[in-house]
Amino acid sequence: MVRQDDMLEKIDIDLPASPESLAKLKPGSIVYLNGVVYTAREGVYDRVLNHKEALPVPIHEVTNANFHCSPAASSNADGSYRIGAVTATASFRFSKYMGDWLDATKTKIVIGKGGMPADDYKDILAPRGAVYLTTVGYGTGALLGQGVRKVLAVHWLEELGIAQAMWMFEVSNFGPFLVDSDLEGNSLFAEQGELVNQSIEKAYEGLRKPALLRYGETDDRKDELI
Amino acid sequence: MKPISQRAIEEACYEIMKKAAVDIPEDYLTGIKRSAEQEKEALSGFVIRTMVRNYETATAERRPMCADTGLPRYFVKVGDHARFEGGFTGMERSIRSATARATQDVPMRPNRVHPLWRTDYNNNVGINAPEVEWSFEPDAGWIDITTVHKGGLFGTDYRMLFPGDGIDGIRRFLLDTLIAFGKRGLACQPAIIGIGIGGSKDTCMQLGKQAACLRIVGDRNPDRKIAELELELMEESNSIGMGPMGFVGSSMAVDLHIEVGYTHTGGMPVSVHTFCLSSRRATARIHADGHIEYRTDPKWFTPYYRREGVDWEGAGLGQARRYA
Repeated sequence: MVRQDDMLEKIDIDLPASPESLAKLKPGSIVYLNGVVYTAREGVYDRVLNHKEALPVPIHEVTNANFHCSPAASSNADGSYRIGAVTATASFRFSKYMGDWLDATKTKIVIGKGGMPADDYKDILAPRGAVYLTTVGYGTGALLGQGVRKVLAVHWLEELGIAQAMWMFEVSNFGPFLVDSDLEGNSLFAEQGELVNQSIEKAYEGLRKPALLRYGETDDRKDELI
Repeated sequence: MKPISQRAIEEACYEIMKKAAVDIPEDYLTGIKRSAEQEKEALSGFVIRTMVRNYETATAERRPMCADTGLPRYFVKVGDHARFEGGFTGMERSIRSATARATQDVPMRPNRVHPLWRTDYNNNVGINAPEVEWSFEPDAGWIDITTVHKGGLFGTDYRMLFPGDGIDGIRRFLLDTLIAFGKRGLACQPAIIGIGIGGSKDTCMQLGKQAACLRIVGDRNPDRKIAELELELMEESNSIGMGPMGFVGSSMAVDLHIEVGYTHTGGMPVSVHTFCLSSRRATARIHADGHIEYRTDPKWFTPYYRREGVDWEGAGLGQARRYA
């Protein structure tokens, strides 16, 4: 596949990622991954962190990249799996699990959709030497599906179902992803969000006041909302 | 002539499920390529170009373009003269059977779960799922079946506005919705935006969803004033300063469609829907003789569907006068 000729920086990373390779990543860098990634979302976090179940495999020996993903997959008659498309799911929902999860698995790359609150990067990911990569778009399911070379294993499929099970994917030229947070906890989404905020007021300029005000338009609970 | 067989109906449903998941509609691809050309910001431009590359890969490799294959649902338009085996419940059974088979074969993600117990049958079928919306068409012997695969978490909202809020109220609500869900790109913009105005709360939501999902890029409402409003609001959506993934940019709307329904004299309900970057839809027409034609334009909003009067002929004349 010929890559786009962009002004943006592109970086290939072999998994498990070394601290040196992670240090090269800056917000907005484009990343492609090679090696093994595992999927885990609320079903898996709940089992391991709340119900104290053992990890099905010593993940850190294989990889340190956690993908917040549910594949469009189905099982074949011979027991193998077909992966059609692969897309991330929104990560902010998993924020509360991240500290304990990174400690338990030594995960250093968290991949998902839309990032997590900027404070989480400063307080949780960066202190543990971890970065966050976001998928692009967000629907590059076919491109990412193409990067999945093999399903190495799937754990808790019966218990959690296809969407929530823990999949281990062998990947090659798996991407593109964009770096959201780097090792210092800087956030691309936060930076871009602040820039966008500067132009928002202008978009509302000149619009007349609504007949009925609602919570959400003001944060002050003392306001009379009529 | 023999009635249309249940087999033909099920085959049509199965095929459109596959096509919708894999092949981006041509009108939308043209629209998104135009967004790519117009986008000046490097990051936003990269995102849109990557999406175009993704659609090409999906079609070349017969993979779903997005792993979130959404909540598959159906819109069925039955011609007055169509005759088919099994009756309407038979058609609903065919739709459910095709959904289950396509979920396994494409493969699609079995997204549908019980809302409380989170249990599922791994086949996108369950209580009230997939949804089937019915409409009818005079002077026709065919059945049109459209499927739409739309994600479901972000990008849609409803607000009861009042006549005094006027078009400004709609503008404000649209901005609120696009900005709230556009941050970090949760609405998966740029997208086709649908706005429903009027009706009851539920029809307002329905009209907005249909406006987003069942009209193609470039299509304009036949009411000239509404058509102008569509273009104005699209321009404003793209002038917020936001692009894909909530990055700085100028790409929020690939197109914007408005549908209206007569409403309560005291209110002006409005709904806003964004049909995500991967706007997936496919339509099959099963002709009276059983042969099936596939297309990507649902042709859902017929003059009959938008009729105003008691009688169809009378309504047609009324529309002709208004739009002349």
